[in-house]
Amino acid sequence: MKRIIASFVAIALLIGAPALAVQPDEILANPAQESRARELSRELRCMVCQNQSIDDSEAPLARDLRLLVRERITAGDSNSQVMDFLVARYGEFVLLKPRLEWRTLLLWALTPLLLIGGGVALWRNNRRRGAADDDHNNSALKLTADEEARIEQLLAAETADGKSP
Amino acid sequence: MIAEAGHYALVLALALALIQSTVPIVGAQLRDPALMNVARSTALAQLLFVGLSFMALVTLHVQSDFSVANVFENSHSMKPLLYKITGVWGNHEGSMLLWVSILALFGGLVAAFGNNLPLTLRAHVLAVQGWIAAAFYLFILITSNPFLRIANPPIEGRDLNPVLQDIGLAVHPPMLYLGYVGFSISFSFAVAALIEGRIDAAWARWVRPWTLVAWIFLTLGIAMGSYWAYYELGWGGWWFWDPVENASLMPWLAGTALLHSAVVMEKRNALKVWTILLAILTFSLSLLGTFLVRSGVLTSVHAFATDPTRGVFILLILCVFIGGSLALYMWRASALKQGGLFAPISREGALVLNNLFLTTACATVFIGTLYPLALEVITGDKISVGAPFFNLTFGPLFVPLLLALPFGPLLAWKRGDLAGVAQRLMAAGIAALVAIALVWAWTSGGAALAPLAIGLAVFVIAGAVVDLVERTSLFRAPFATAWRRARGLPRSTWGTAFAHAGVGVALIGIVCETTWNSEYIGTMKLNDVTKLAGYQLRLDDVTQKQGPNFREMLAQFSITENGDKVGVLTPSKRTFTTRQSSTTEAALLSRGASQLYISLGETAADGGIAVRIYHKPLVLLIWFGPILMAFGGLLSLSDRRLRVGAPKPAKAPRALQPAE
Repeated sequence: MKRIIASFVAIALLIGAPALAVQPDEILANPAQESRARELSRELRCMVCQNQSIDDSEAPLARDLRLLVRERITAGDSNSQVMDFLVARYGEFVLLKPRLEWRTLLLWALTPLLLIGGGVALWRNNRRRGAADDDHNNSALKLTADEEARIEQLLAAETADGKSP
Repeated sequence: MIAEAGHYALVLALALALIQSTVPIVGAQLRDPALMNVARSTALAQLLFVGLSFMALVTLHVQSDFSVANVFENSHSMKPLLYKITGVWGNHEGSMLLWVSILALFGGLVAAFGNNLPLTLRAHVLAVQGWIAAAFYLFILITSNPFLRIANPPIEGRDLNPVLQDIGLAVHPPMLYLGYVGFSISFSFAVAALIEGRIDAAWARWVRPWTLVAWIFLTLGIAMGSYWAYYELGWGGWWFWDPVENASLMPWLAGTALLHSAVVMEKRNALKVWTILLAILTFSLSLLGTFLVRSGVLTSVHAFATDPTRGVFILLILCVFIGGSLALYMWRASALKQGGLFAPISREGALVLNNLFLTTACATVFIGTLYPLALEVITGDKISVGAPFFNLTFGPLFVPLLLALPFGPLLAWKRGDLAGVAQRLMAAGIAALVAIALVWAWTSGGAALAPLAIGLAVFVIAGAVVDLVERTSLFRAPFATAWRRARGLPRSTWGTAFAHAGVGVALIGIVCETTWNSEYIGTMKLNDVTKLAGYQLRLDDVTQKQGPNFREMLAQFSITENGDKVGVLTPSKRTFTTRQSSTTEAALLSRGASQLYISLGETAADGGIAVRIYHKPLVLLIWFGPILMAFGGLLSLSDRRLRVGAPKPAKAPRALQPAE
């Protein structure tokens, strides 16, 4: 099912403008700059698409953004300057990897917290249950007075049985 | 007539589901076998009626009955028969009908083959299935009826979305649903166990085959979908961290954790409370996936707000089932007795570690998918969470998990010997180091991480082989002994080895494709030659063709390697007249596990065609890995212990009695 929705979106973008993502005329002459542009494009969202980077998207807006990224790179911007420029213009929504801020703290922190929290919980649980196990074993080893008496009885009965025939 | 019959059959199925969800519970309370057995007949009858309803919709689509709105909106009289059938579930209403049909299928299977279950357990399990079924029948009948008629039937339909007119639609959604919905059985077993307040190792043995079946289908379904996207969407990507994909990945991760924890429960009677929770969570995530995909909330929170009927209904189902089952869990789980103890270094310990990492990975996907939605609802801020986020958070979790993976099957239950296992894994470690050195030398020190990742994958694969070698004493005992032992090994042991090796194989594919993928983007004219990754590609011919419901432009490329012709590729662009839309049909040439991939772009005024050519080294391993995993699952499923079921011994003597 997942693909179907994705396909609907993809097809919505294809209508009217059937084209490839990165088009031949966009490519920069300088290979180093071009590969920087491709790298940045993968981190930028095509804002009219559903979760597609501008590197993958065929929408006209994505093309505009790709050209803009290349324009900034040829103008001599560093990678972070290009990103800042785009965020200033389009907002944080354009970043596929949100910046670490107060409002995205939980998003970034959840994975390490769960891993550490889960590990600690397992370790404590193991210790607690280990201790409980020791207590349990010790008490199980000691017989109550009633049990001792019953064993005596059984043993006596057995020896008696053994002698009778 | 057929539409009305199909509609009526669905209403009858709802009535049956309502009976199934109440009467057996009353029967279990009163300990009345007749009432409890109602579950069985209603489950089978439900399957019959939903099946009839589904067949009715298929018939309408095949007959191109455009007086039915669903057929009009999604079909076309000129559409090939295969797509007329698959188009049934290529839309919202039809796919929900497929969803409930598969739910009824699983219910029917439990009813038909659950003879070895205790009567009360079966009654409870089927009753819970009845609740789920009733909720979704109501959803379909109230908000998404596929049998609605149009007052003035049009002459021609609007055709199916062209992207969906592909063999992928025939396989992917049914497989995925068999997985999604299959987990409802584990869910029902968990809820039934909580209702009864009793759970033991036998419970795990009954649940495990159902979980395995669902997991196998989900694994194949996700892999199929990924391959479909890869060749159909035309830009060579195979995983996009799209919310819709994440929706299927979450139940897979939770389900994989469930499979492993159920092993501990079956063998050692431990982790009971956790296994129950996982069973509930896995199906809850399936429901969440259904909500995300079906409510329109993903496209935009606002789209959800403007037409909320469907979304709110599923959200309600979601809240009732997830909230209800978790509340029941909190109330009853403490009553379940904890089972066997184990040291941290043991097979159980390794499986717990597996669960820790898989559930954390699942939570990462969960928060990454839902955080933007939640943030927008709460603060109105819009942020995006995409592939770069997941690569940074989800990816690293798999490094420790895969490093620990080969140790798991070699560790003993209860208390393992880590040093001993490490010694036995020496060969796998050496293989990994050799692989790292070879890849490093071959790529002459390019990306540093890629050789390490390949080494990790080789370690996982070699670890699976070591496990088999150790168990059969190959190389130590005479070959005949090893052969005899290999034949005597439980199928599930073979299954484990295959599935684990599959993980390594997929990792190799992923690393190779992302690191050493080469591409050419350019404009080519007739007789132009392009070189890529040692191949020469020549554009020989461009032709136009008329298909059944589309026109297409075909470009023919001949591929040569060192002067030898190795193949001809004909990528095309199709224009579908009814929907005024087009698709790119990429052409693929497989060379071993690597592929050449060509997709076409626009045609320029001077006759040049924009082309995108990729060489993707070992890309097929990405999907071969999951196939191996599913094969491992199948082997494990065929294991005698699971087929026989837990409490069979009592039945055998009884069967023999008449003969005496």
